[in-house]
Amino acid sequence: MKSDIILAGVGGQGIISIAAAIGGAALHENLHMKQAEVHGMSQRGGAVQSTLRVSSKPIASDLIAYGSADMIVSLEPMESLRYLSYLKPDGWVITNAVPFVNITDYPELEDVYAEIKKRSNHVIIDAEEIAGQVATKRAANMVMLGAASNFIDIPLESIKEGIRQIFGRKGEEITNSNIDAMLAGREAAQKFL
Amino acid sequence: MGKLLMLGDEAIAQAGLDAGMSGMYAYPGTPSTEIMEYVQKSKQAKENGVHAKWSANEKTSMEAALGMSYAGKRAMCAMKHVGLNVAADAFINSAITGVNGGLIVVSADDPSMHSSQNEQDNRFYGKFAQIPILEPANQQEAYNMVHYGFEISEKFKVPVLMRITTRLAHSRSGVETITPKAQNELVLPRDPMQFILLPSVARKNYKTLLSNFDNFISASEESQFNEFIDASDKSLGIITCGIAYNYLVENYEDQKVPYPVLRIGQYPLPKAKIKHIMETCDEVLVVEDGYPMVEEMLKGYLGKEKVRGRLDGSLPRDGELNPNLVLAAIHKETFTLDPIPSTVANRLPAMCKGCGHIDAYVALNEALLEHGKGRVFADIGCYTLGAYEPYQAISTCVDMGASITMAKGAADAGLVPSVAVIGDSTFTHSGITGLIDAVIGNSPITVVISDNYTTGMTGGQDSAALGRIEQICEGVGVDPAHIRVFHPTPANHDQMVELLKEELAYPGVSVVIPRRQCIQTMKNKELVTKVKELGLNKK
Repeated sequence: MKSDIILAGVGGQGIISIAAAIGGAALHENLHMKQAEVHGMSQRGGAVQSTLRVSSKPIASDLIAYGSADMIVSLEPMESLRYLSYLKPDGWVITNAVPFVNITDYPELEDVYAEIKKRSNHVIIDAEEIAGQVATKRAANMVMLGAASNFIDIPLESIKEGIRQIFGRKGEEITNSNIDAMLAGREAAQKFL
Repeated sequence: MGKLLMLGDEAIAQAGLDAGMSGMYAYPGTPSTEIMEYVQKSKQAKENGVHAKWSANEKTSMEAALGMSYAGKRAMCAMKHVGLNVAADAFINSAITGVNGGLIVVSADDPSMHSSQNEQDNRFYGKFAQIPILEPANQQEAYNMVHYGFEISEKFKVPVLMRITTRLAHSRSGVETITPKAQNELVLPRDPMQFILLPSVARKNYKTLLSNFDNFISASEESQFNEFIDASDKSLGIITCGIAYNYLVENYEDQKVPYPVLRIGQYPLPKAKIKHIMETCDEVLVVEDGYPMVEEMLKGYLGKEKVRGRLDGSLPRDGELNPNLVLAAIHKETFTLDPIPSTVANRLPAMCKGCGHIDAYVALNEALLEHGKGRVFADIGCYTLGAYEPYQAISTCVDMGASITMAKGAADAGLVPSVAVIGDSTFTHSGITGLIDAVIGNSPITVVISDNYTTGMTGGQDSAALGRIEQICEGVGVDPAHIRVFHPTPANHDQMVELLKEELAYPGVSVVIPRRQCIQTMKNKELVTKVKELGLNKK
């Protein structure tokens, strides 16, 4: 198996937790993985991106080659478009529908959605609403993880294990609500398949 | 022991601990910060009493590490690439003194300037100091190289430079670790004169260093980190340095490259291996992240046609490499990137909502209205983001500490008032000496030390300035009547403007300190307690 994933969002939205959960799941499955993070200046409310590579064969590059990513998972709709050049032609754009507006020239949301829909393989879900229904809005990143999990060849049980590894310290209740959020996102994305 | 998921930075730190390092010395700087942070959080480090406190700057960290080496123990010193400019004096001379306990200097370079003001390639510093350089391709190699680096440092009695880049520093992968080694015993250098760089000693030591160079080359020749991988198609040979190897093999099924490849992980370059690939292949492509250092060495100043790379345009002259660029270079094609859809707006980094720097800038902008633009000399930190809209509050950002000295120079030229804006941590890093210059010259400058009790941009590390800024300023001779503190909030705006106007009008050195805790550190209980104890939060 091989999954090359671009994670996108705005600094502080929590893309690293998604990466950590998939990473934990990959290790649980004894897969190879590489995960590149962004630290420093660009963290401060700017556009952030992380790359995650999981494979049953050894992985060479920390960077994903342009035109070869299997999916872009974005916590923000406009940010999902910034990294399209990494995506392979039949790759998936999986994004939260809720914009993060911290700039004055944020484009018309309809234009953003239209641009995303130009890709036939797309998933647009309101991660915050879904998270709010089963957990809290803060679990929106776990909803997006769940949506993405449909396209990653890792057993669901291991994805849950990945989430347990991150939230285990915070107790069972928080862990379970994050797992619920993931499951809800997984289900919500299935109508786009 | 066992397999751990680690950032490149963390692999280096863990390797240092496993190799019996007694001290880690550093000043925060992206992408090197996590090396020290890892040691600070490590139980193993605590149990073994490994030194793990931040230094005031990279020069003091380099010197302290050298002091530890003098005492026979293994030490590591880590910094971002531009930090080595600050530490250069100590670094270059440490090659002349040589070491006693093993010494590794880690330079984390930042090609493509993800979080830096330049993309200098610090392999040149290693070459300049004429010492061995190690350049890992992945996290496991970084771990292994630290062990090896300490060994050759002690074998050859020289410091070893380890050069990594952002991509390795901040990427996570599985790393196998080994059984930890005990720390060295405290032991003084055998030659009591070794570290006294009087000319007579330095001349002798320098000859020793030079005579060792052939041994460094032999070590590179035999090194497991300089591997020649033969293949049948000799129309092209490829030399990769460090992480660039990954971008090459990424393009081939099962990482099998059809051309002979020499992967370099240790310098000086292995002469025989280089000679072999140069002689047996029709052309040689050099793939290296950073400056075309190896390419230029092989090509020569006049440029042998046989060698391709960044200098002949096969690869871009600047910026970070990637698999696509390397593949295009092999096939002599150009790689062009699909443009980002025009719908997408720029989203630049910004100061956080509620940040004290913002309130200070809003006040400063208003206080300066009557004097006009172009008078604010800023420094390195979150407040550099005051350059962007809507503040556009600063005119310069050059290097750590340059705010005060550039304001002084501009005032010398007649630009009065001139204002310096510097953060608390940057002030103790490199601002104090400049302030002394300004005091001696009685320069008509206003120095704004925006104090948030932390090194913010790199993620909230300790600030050496905590609770002692006024003392320092008074100590170097600033008139206490012109050291003024205020609490930067929107509610205090008018008062801040008034105070700033008064000090802008003063024809000598004044220091204005907007003081409020960085909102990102509010969860740091230790810091909150310390700030309370010091009574800093008076309004």
